[in-house]
Amino acid sequence: MGNHSDGSPNHSGTVATAGQNEVEKFQDPGIPPHRLRLADTDPRAAKRAERQVALLFGISVVGTLIFLVAYFAIDLGDDSSIATIRLQNTLLGIGTAFAMLGIGTGIVHWAKALMPDHEVSEERHAIRYEEDRQAAVRIVDDIVEETGIKRRPLIRNTLLGAVALAPLPAIAIFGDLGPRPDDKLAHTMWAPQDGKRKRLTRDPDGTPIKASDVTIGSAFHVIPEGLNELSEGKLNEKAKSVVLLMRLDPASLNPSKGREEWGYNGIVAYSKICTHVGCPVALYEQQTHHLLCPCHQSTFDLTQECKVIFGPASRPLPQLPIAVDDEGYLVATSDFHEPVGPSYWERDSHERSINS
Amino acid sequence: MKALSQKRRHPLAAIALLLMGLLITGGLYAVATTMNQAKASTTTASASDVEEGGKLFAANCATCHGMGASGSKDGPSLVGVGAAAVDFQVGTGRMPMQMNGPQAMKKPVQFNEQQTSQLAAYVASLGAGPAIPADDLTNGGGDAAAGGELFRTNCAMCHNAAAAGGALTRGKFAPALADVTGKHIYEAMVTGPQNMPVFNDANITPEGKKNIITFLKQIESSGSPGGADLGSLGPVAEGLFVWVAGLGVIIAFTIWLTSRTS
Repeated sequence: MGNHSDGSPNHSGTVATAGQNEVEKFQDPGIPPHRLRLADTDPRAAKRAERQVALLFGISVVGTLIFLVAYFAIDLGDDSSIATIRLQNTLLGIGTAFAMLGIGTGIVHWAKALMPDHEVSEERHAIRYEEDRQAAVRIVDDIVEETGIKRRPLIRNTLLGAVALAPLPAIAIFGDLGPRPDDKLAHTMWAPQDGKRKRLTRDPDGTPIKASDVTIGSAFHVIPEGLNELSEGKLNEKAKSVVLLMRLDPASLNPSKGREEWGYNGIVAYSKICTHVGCPVALYEQQTHHLLCPCHQSTFDLTQECKVIFGPASRPLPQLPIAVDDEGYLVATSDFHEPVGPSYWERDSHERSINS
Repeated sequence: MKALSQKRRHPLAAIALLLMGLLITGGLYAVATTMNQAKASTTTASASDVEEGGKLFAANCATCHGMGASGSKDGPSLVGVGAAAVDFQVGTGRMPMQMNGPQAMKKPVQFNEQQTSQLAAYVASLGAGPAIPADDLTNGGGDAAAGGELFRTNCAMCHNAAAAGGALTRGKFAPALADVTGKHIYEAMVTGPQNMPVFNDANITPEGKKNIITFLKQIESSGSPGGADLGSLGPVAEGLFVWVAGLGVIIAFTIWLTSRTS
């Protein structure tokens, strides 16, 4: 053996050389000597382990009783306080936890401390015999022969046909997952109905909003007039048509050509549905005029027509063109000029058809 | 005297001197502030409130907000912000501002109640604005369920559905609303401090604001029905807890299962 620390490659102990080691084949070390546990030699230790296991099972019993008492003794009614509900919840949880944990830990402790722990080796069987393989092949051949599928093509062909047709009902059922929504995503409740323009109303009570109500720095959460009166599909319509209404100094707005008339005296309305994946963008910072989406931090600048200035959204929020009617209430002059919310396959063609 | 001059080079002399200096300064300051308070509590008339408020304003606020509260490049004009804005900003310690930052932070209140109301009276005299709300609107006692609906529509996106607060852009944040008095919540809604939008009485009626305050006090006092709320921060706090505590327990059980019994 060389010196490990002198750095010489010829004598280093880490370099193996022929004949240095006489071991020619790996010797089966066998099972290590069995080590007796305390409970195997000392009856008192065994008794103690037995009592521990019994205690764990006893804990499980107590847990079950706690659950039952909490479930039946604490009576929940319409007038129960939150403290009562919380007490019951806590006791049910603790009861179940100890009931399960007691059994589990008890069994494991029993097995570890008291059950025999002698090491056993099982010899591996030979994996396969040639006779067995041939017997299996013979069985398959017999089956094919006895069914007579080779001699009776009529049966074979009708079976193939039946199997081929069987999935068709499934296709029909999956087809009923449709119909495709067509351009429903591209239209909202804001479109004027029978020439009557929809008023902007407060979420959730649906009262109309006067332009004079919206002071500078205000933010209103808006739903279209008539939404609360819908008998069905209310949430679907709300999901598309929610709008955030804000007022800022008209001088700080920079409307692009063709959109000068979409606001009213500094009051502007934008879709609340993020163009990234559709979270409600309603975190309005009234001094910076930024709108922040809470899901992925897309940030929209209100003074640049809600252009994206940060985050994963790829399009500005759609603006709702608004005006004031004869009674001073805010109304939408038209629907959004593009589909609201995140991208979808047909979005571009829908946008073209809206603006054509 | 001779003994004193002999001891002046003692190693502890500097510490003793420092301690003495601190005690004297602190004592003088304490005397001065109690004198100030004593003087403040004697003035009650509203006309003199405005006058005293003007003096306080000139001494403490005019550096940034300008003489006559007309504003400067360091602070906005306060004409027309109303008494409610002053009562909120000064009453929660946000003003006077400690330093420039993303937003003014809540901190120990710098003025006593008398001085705050004097400042509010002065600023209110400069132009019409929201007044300090009446007690019956801010003490709760409204409809908590209706308030909860208004809160989830108008407030929850920034302040969190459980009013635990949340982050905004570039270091700004919406604060948690626990331990905020009903009066300050009401004033924040009507004045829209810093980046919070204004929720005027045409948007949320005084009754609605009362309901929101009732709701907030209700959830604050009733606690979390589902056990530990982990700050009500949602998946981040809950996920961290499960990864640390849940996996820790699983690892501990695995080690126990495979260990040898003695």
